[in-house]
Amino acid sequence: MSAVAEDLVHIAAVEKARGYWATVFRRLSRDPVSMACATVILLIALAALFAPYLNLADPYQGSMIRRLRWIGTPGYPLGSDELGRDMVARLIYGGRLSLFLGLAPVVIAFCIGTTLGVAAGYLGGFVNQAIMRTVDVFYAFPSVLLAIAISGALGAGILNSIVSLTIVFIPPIVRVSESVTTSVRGLDFVDAARASGAGPFTIMRVHVLGNVLGPIFVYSTSLISVCMILAAGLSFLGLGTKPPEPEWGLMLNTLRTAIYVNPWVAALPGAMIFIVSICFNLLSDGMRSAMDVRS
Amino acid sequence: MLLYIAKRLVLVVPVVFAVALVCFLLVHIAPGDPLVSVLPPDASQALAEQMRKAYGFDRPLPVQFGIWVWNAVNGNLGTSIASGRSVTEEVMRAVGNTVMLAVFASLIGFVFGVMFGFLAGYFRDTWVDKLVTTISITGVSMPHYWLGMVLVIVFSVQLGWLPAVGAGPGGWAWDWEHFQYLVLPAVTMSVIPMGIITRTVRALVGDLLSQEFVLALRAKGLTERRVFVHVAKNAAPTAIAVMGLQLGYLLGGSILIETVFSWPGTGFLLNSAIFQRDLPLLQGTILVLALFFVFLNLVVDVIQAAIDPRIKRA
Repeated sequence: MSAVAEDLVHIAAVEKARGYWATVFRRLSRDPVSMACATVILLIALAALFAPYLNLADPYQGSMIRRLRWIGTPGYPLGSDELGRDMVARLIYGGRLSLFLGLAPVVIAFCIGTTLGVAAGYLGGFVNQAIMRTVDVFYAFPSVLLAIAISGALGAGILNSIVSLTIVFIPPIVRVSESVTTSVRGLDFVDAARASGAGPFTIMRVHVLGNVLGPIFVYSTSLISVCMILAAGLSFLGLGTKPPEPEWGLMLNTLRTAIYVNPWVAALPGAMIFIVSICFNLLSDGMRSAMDVRS
Repeated sequence: MLLYIAKRLVLVVPVVFAVALVCFLLVHIAPGDPLVSVLPPDASQALAEQMRKAYGFDRPLPVQFGIWVWNAVNGNLGTSIASGRSVTEEVMRAVGNTVMLAVFASLIGFVFGVMFGFLAGYFRDTWVDKLVTTISITGVSMPHYWLGMVLVIVFSVQLGWLPAVGAGPGGWAWDWEHFQYLVLPAVTMSVIPMGIITRTVRALVGDLLSQEFVLALRAKGLTERRVFVHVAKNAAPTAIAVMGLQLGYLLGGSILIETVFSWPGTGFLLNSAIFQRDLPLLQGTILVLALFFVFLNLVVDVIQAAIDPRIKRA
């Protein structure tokens, strides 16, 4: 008798399947495009983070006689900007604020949007109506206009641009999480949890969230690229970072006057925004297909 | 059909009201006195009071909102603080330029997007599909204001073929003299909608081609051309919805492109309103652009219902 039980335990241990997230990660790590993009993002982020240890020139220290050097000038591998500051140092240091401004709004919006969306989807009724109709109002504005309008009204500044971008990204995340939650709440395991005495908060936190977090997460990662472009765009308009802080959008703006003198140096900060944004997009696509269990 | 349009119109009323409320409140989340840009810092208390009264900022908020909405319904969006001119006039002058730019840009984006999308959908998983997917993901990830700069560098600075900024010698005529100013901004703006429409159409066509009715159409001996018509008709409602949304995004989101090219449209107006802290102008411009967007969504819904009778019944 006990031998049979031991046998059962043994079999169960052998057949224990890999977890969902482990499977997703495995599939993702076998996709060369996603891995290449992740590597590029990681390298840029690490360089930005450890910039002080990279033995770079001072990104704030300019020189009036060494302005707008060409790419490849000795001592200035990527040239110098309109105030004679080293572009390599400024592009790497610029990654700090640019990446932060591109990621922070999506992360905050993900937390707030998921909470609101899951609450709306699970509780239904009046709560659902109140949350979803408010979200509808924000859908009546094109997202770029909304971001610029809020930043414009609040005034320039890093914090204000984070606030305005967060407000822009909450509504779409709420819509997505509400719709996935609504499709999950009618399933048997939710009823089972309720029958066993779990309260609405526990059901939402334990049973619903675990099942909806994946799709919401993937959707949110697809917003990072848009957020990078918009955040740099706000700085480009003068609504985000203030000079002399290195930030790619702002650098693009101040270098605009130099396109007749040294066009390719002027285009560099935009190339950085483009590279990071396309990598986030491809990575998000890779994650989506890795999580698609059907394929 | 008329009943459907009427129903949709009724649903639009609360949205318009909410949009007006958001535009109005924008001014009041703004820190500081709305008159700070025109009043000299050493202005007397009495003068400040007088100005506040003249602009109506001394009344309670709900009353101000009521007056503002009533005036807006009558076509009066107030007076610009910086220039002293009527906001309605300023916005109307700029809106034409923005609409022209957005329409040209979306034409380019829609034509190429639909073409690429169909190609990729029909030739799924071939090199055509891979090429198109690469183009579309590049378009979606492109910081378009940067693309504008790069195009200016190549076509204006280096080659000298096209003008870098401005909208040309006033007015509009169908000649190269005017048209050349439109080329670069329109191409720049078309990249994002092109990428998004390519993606949408590719997914739609791929999906439709794998459905059984296409098999049935082929089985009963229709030519590929007739099958294509069926597929196109089935893809149209969703594609049109996306296109309408994209046109709306271009109208409202042209501020970055207009800044790069100094294009005298609403984005340019918005930019100066923000930096001169001209709040009535900011309010008015945003309201007009948002109403355009709401109206476009309505038109899209009606067109969709006209093409696809299933939508009307829902």
